Amino acid sequence: MENLIGLLVAVPLLGAALLLCGGRRLDGKGHYIGTVLAAASFAIGAVLFADMLGRGEHDRALHSKVFSWIPVGGFRADVAFQLDQLSMTFVLLITGVGTLIHIYSIGYMEHDERRRRFFGYLNLFLAAMLLLVLADNYLLLYVGWEGVGLASYLLIGFWQHKPSAATAAKKAFIVNRVGDVGLSIAIMLMFTTFGTFAFAPVLSNAGDAGEGKVTAIGLMLLLAACGKSAQVPLQSWLGDAMEGPTPVSALIHAATMVTAGVYLITRSGAIFNAAPDAQAAVVAVGAVTLLFGAIVGCAKDDIKKALAGSTMSQIGYMILAAGLGPIGYVFAIMHLVTHGFFKAGLFLGAGSVMHAMNDEVDMRKYGGLRKYMPVTFVTFGLGYLAIIGFPGLSGFWSKDKIIEAAFAKGGTEGWILGGAALLGAAITAYYMTRVMLLTFFGEKRWVPDEEGHEPHPHESPSSMTIPMIVLAVGSVFAGGLFSLNDAFLKWLEPVTGHSHGDSPLSAAAVTGGTMVVLLIGVALAWAQYGRRPVPRTAPRGSLLTRAARRDLLQDDFNHVALVKPGQYLTRGLVYVDHKLVDGVVNGTAASVGGLSGRLRKLQNGYARTYAVSMFGGTAVLIAATLLMRAV
Amino acid sequence: MNPVNYLYLAALLFTIGAAGVVIRRNAIVLFMCVELMLNACNLAFVTFSRLHGNLDGQIIAFFTMVVAAAEVVVGLAIIVTIFRSRHSASVDDASLMKL
Repeated sequence: MENLIGLLVAVPLLGAALLLCGGRRLDGKGHYIGTVLAAASFAIGAVLFADMLGRGEHDRALHSKVFSWIPVGGFRADVAFQLDQLSMTFVLLITGVGTLIHIYSIGYMEHDERRRRFFGYLNLFLAAMLLLVLADNYLLLYVGWEGVGLASYLLIGFWQHKPSAATAAKKAFIVNRVGDVGLSIAIMLMFTTFGTFAFAPVLSNAGDAGEGKVTAIGLMLLLAACGKSAQVPLQSWLGDAMEGPTPVSALIHAATMVTAGVYLITRSGAIFNAAPDAQAAVVAVGAVTLLFGAIVGCAKDDIKKALAGSTMSQIGYMILAAGLGPIGYVFAIMHLVTHGFFKAGLFLGAGSVMHAMNDEVDMRKYGGLRKYMPVTFVTFGLGYLAIIGFPGLSGFWSKDKIIEAAFAKGGTEGWILGGAALLGAAITAYYMTRVMLLTFFGEKRWVPDEEGHEPHPHESPSSMTIPMIVLAVGSVFAGGLFSLNDAFLKWLEPVTGHSHGDSPLSAAAVTGGTMVVLLIGVALAWAQYGRRPVPRTAPRGSLLTRAARRDLLQDDFNHVALVKPGQYLTRGLVYVDHKLVDGVVNGTAASVGGLSGRLRKLQNGYARTYAVSMFGGTAVLIAATLLMRAV
Repeated sequence: MNPVNYLYLAALLFTIGAAGVVIRRNAIVLFMCVELMLNACNLAFVTFSRLHGNLDGQIIAFFTMVVAAAEVVVGLAIIVTIFRSRHSASVDDASLMKL
């Protein structure tokens, strides 16, 4: 069984190698190869899952060392995999959703002449993401971490002929770099503190290492998580990342890669448990981001950007839960999985709508699509009900638990966090209802595109609708299934640990509160967008709306706080370089040149001049010799 | 006669030759001046030989004559070649090697 773990990574990696190096002769069947290999990876994952279920609760983890990577003196880095319940959850999510999105992409990318390359990148992403969650040490995790960053860059910029896509890809890569630096510093700190970076020894010794060091490691890990998971203050790349093809947004920027930060924090739970200050920072980041993303999501008219704001906000929930410590780890991962289902489903639905509407993304130019695209409408609708936490659907189970856990933190902190989470739930209900109403309800607001083609909305082909249906089923039932007898809690508890906390409110009170804020959010959205017709151009809006349309000024902030000082600095350095460094170099050259120009005049070509200098030289030498002898 | 007087004569001849090399332009005259300087040296060598009572100076004088003869052969050949191409034996005309 252990050998299968390596195969899990190798299969999509083989796909990437085949598709990216295979050349044009694979153009016709590249998408099938990619999809089959992704499905094969899922099948291996399923076999390993069945095998794992067959073993007792405490010896479920498998370990497989492939080879010694860097054995230098006391420094050891292995390529070794660890498959425990936490990794298994991710493996199934990544390969499962990944396979569905491969199938969807067959239809979605049908008319793209670079489809083979697209599937190659998707397989590369799967391999890197699996490496990330299967690694048994932080260094190998870092390889996967960079790998998904690369795949994300390549896929955001897949339509690189559009300058906006190329810029967005660069932005995502650069912002992610900031986080990556955090991870590399964390790994270095781990090595100096523990002498190793394998999970087991680092995590079991985290409690004895001294709080200062552990806090530093925790904060650096948080920085890494912020970069990868688009959390404040490194959130600015996610909205622009929507320039990529929609399946990419669904797989990488909603279901899997952006949740890597949550994985990192949950995996490093022991470190955060030993560092309360770092944990407080995690919680603060989560709470701020869940509101930040939700507010941005309310104002965006671009359907994908509204969903991106929502993703940011939902990951904020997960980070918040992960920061709560053992009270929240399990629920963070549970929300991550259910979110993987419904957010991927919502993105695929958005892609289906765009496919039908000539790639129009402005929701103000949709309207009334439910009659034209019934399957998309139903699957998107179920995803919508799941994300707002409609009773019984996936989001209800997982988000409710997080809100409960936030209150269970205790004290004033608990009330603030719980309040923020509740407020987030209300805003979630508002913006998702808004997306739903603008897209599928109301009257038609379609306009012809630049070439004068009136859109003819139609249902998407079955290669696209089937993944949407499967994800919708997951959005409906996953949460309930996980909560049946606390199945998910019992599954993950041996890895992450769990404690109940001490909630000032009963579970029923939290659920009731959540229902009330949900209704308020839905009612507000209905009053604004359902009851009266929606203008085709956005009204000016309040100050907050305008700020939210500009992503709450995140880019302006970065521009003023980082870009401008950076530009001044480089300009200053260029000035110093030109005037000072170049001045010295050029000055030396010019003076040597001038001097040699003068000296050159001595060489006039007349034999007698040379003769005179020879005589003069000889006379000087003789005089010197005589003088020396006299002395 | 005091042998030292020969040394004065040698110095005088050498100076005349050196002045000729510096002042004159005709390559042939220049050559003759060089020969004059060489022979002034020979005279000095022979005189020293006589003064010190050994034969070293005289032997060196013979060497100088042989080298001077060889030099004359090469030098005259060069002068003749230059004269053929430029129709002039003035050393100032052959100053094109300068930048």
